[in-house]
Amino acid sequence: MQLRATNHMQYQDGMEKISSDIMDKVINGRKEYDYSIYTKKDVLNTLAKEFISVEDFKILLSPAAESFLNDMAHKAKLETMKHFGNSVCMFTPLYIANYCENYCVYCGFNCSNKINRAKLSYDEIEKEMKTISETGLREILILTGEAKKASSVEYIGEAVKIAKKYFSTIGLEIYPLNTDEYAFLQKCGADFVSVYQETYNTDKYEELHLRGPKRIYPYRINAQERAILGGMRGVAFGSLLGLDDFRKDAFAAGLHAYLIQQKYPHAEISFSFPRLRPFINIKEKRPNDVHETQLLQVMLAYRLFMPFAGITISTRERAGFRDNVIGMCATKISAGVSVGVGGHSEKEKGDEQFEISDPRSVKEVFDSITEKGLQPVFTDYVRV
Amino acid sequence: MNTDKLIIGKKEFNSRFILGSGKFSLEMTKTVIENAEIEMATLALRRANNAGSENILNYIPKGITLLPNTSGARNAQEAVRIARLAREIGCGDFVKVEVIHDSKYLLPDNYETAKATEMLAKENFIVMPYMYPDLNAARDMVNAGAAAIMPLGAPIGSNKGLLTKDFIKILIDEISLPIIVDAGIGRPSQACEAMEMGCSAVMANTAVATAKNVALMARAFKLAIEAGRSAYLAGLGRVLDYKAEASSPLTDFLQD
Repeated sequence: MQLRATNHMQYQDGMEKISSDIMDKVINGRKEYDYSIYTKKDVLNTLAKEFISVEDFKILLSPAAESFLNDMAHKAKLETMKHFGNSVCMFTPLYIANYCENYCVYCGFNCSNKINRAKLSYDEIEKEMKTISETGLREILILTGEAKKASSVEYIGEAVKIAKKYFSTIGLEIYPLNTDEYAFLQKCGADFVSVYQETYNTDKYEELHLRGPKRIYPYRINAQERAILGGMRGVAFGSLLGLDDFRKDAFAAGLHAYLIQQKYPHAEISFSFPRLRPFINIKEKRPNDVHETQLLQVMLAYRLFMPFAGITISTRERAGFRDNVIGMCATKISAGVSVGVGGHSEKEKGDEQFEISDPRSVKEVFDSITEKGLQPVFTDYVRV
Repeated sequence: MNTDKLIIGKKEFNSRFILGSGKFSLEMTKTVIENAEIEMATLALRRANNAGSENILNYIPKGITLLPNTSGARNAQEAVRIARLAREIGCGDFVKVEVIHDSKYLLPDNYETAKATEMLAKENFIVMPYMYPDLNAARDMVNAGAAAIMPLGAPIGSNKGLLTKDFIKILIDEISLPIIVDAGIGRPSQACEAMEMGCSAVMANTAVATAKNVALMARAFKLAIEAGRSAYLAGLGRVLDYKAEASSPLTDFLQD
């Protein structure tokens, strides 16, 4: 198997190329972002503003802003309240397959890892979904590994159709598709698509994605736009913080979403913030490490920059962190999570992609939201 | 006996405070309705369409007129479909048409709203369009069969008050339907001002939901709205618009 054989900036056969200047703008914006130039005075000025511009967003993501987390949190809480009130949406992810044809050096699912691979049958999918819906949840995120052959668009489409029987909101976190394929899945019943760019640094991206279609940077970065063109209502953005310079990657993902929203004002925008945890036994502080402080700074900066956008907090974070960011900046929380294949009604069929830090059930998360005086919301979407 | 009723469609209301419900905790909705003596409350169908325990319908006391809104609709067709669904699940014939296809500012699209209003009025809905206060568009809503007009005071959730005051005043003067300020009202004094200038009712949600004491703020809004209504009915005293009293005669040259 030859690694790094293909040009990561060149589309491959079958990959649809849309006309868009968003990628260039994001790559350049990231390149030009120098967070070291900002001072505390800049941060104070930004915090006094009603509307946060792209320039202000840069300031809020800078090291200078790190000592103003509390002020940012207060402002963010107010914005979250104004736009979302007391409501906190609940959902759960369901991995229906974990086959993967990509070689991403940081990922537990990557094709060189000898893990248990599995794919749920339609009956198993139905059983899992029925079990999940019995907890009261009405929003589901369907995930697969990135393997078009093993988990085809048709297979995912069938899963979506089954999901439609049990859920009002269906999201997808799958490999990037062409516009017509997104349109097909939208017709099947899915309306929301998450694609994470991992890192927006093209060179780093090339080093980390050694093989498989995911190696092709432009096809991935334009996925959200193709999803919208295919009729999806909402798209989610994110980068895997800590892969590269997290401040620059956080800025790039925000800029990416901002440009998409400007071009497609109707699109619903949301964010998720996976991070690579710093090794805790390394003493010296490394600038790219994303501790909870840095993670929160990023989340707060997004809330202030895009007060209307949804922010999801994953079970990768511990319960104490998650419970404190809902209502402050996060608007959606997962619960009753299994990150192996299946695992809701039967034992997991395939291995997990990552470890979760918050194993609480739907009921437990529901109760802790209520305890905070917030309102858990199961249904926030009607498909018409 | 209170003879000053708000009439929408053919239905009479004593309360002129319409409650938006999307931003409360469900249990709070009930408290607010009681404290503010609410008779009409909106609900987003996207939140109500769930058979589970978290259905907002279970928290709105019987006897309250439901005003399902079409939030989530991006065009007239979607608004119509949402309204039909609301009627199917027993929310009644009232509908607040809300068509928004800008996820950032959430400003209503008057053109699509007028189209939806027309389609729904034909299906015998009592249609209350949420709109940007534009006189021409408001006339379109009237012609389309609207039962009331709901102009925004300021962007939704902004609590900025009557930023569009002068334009709402034009609607009050020119449109014979009830004018109900919806969105932007941040404090009771602003609700009072809207009523004082002749609005028929006020809708609020964020302003109450984000208060420290929600129940007390609900009551404050109720009282402010009543005060404003009374002031309007009493006829405001002479408020001098010009800098000085017109005491020195400018017309004493006239002879016959």
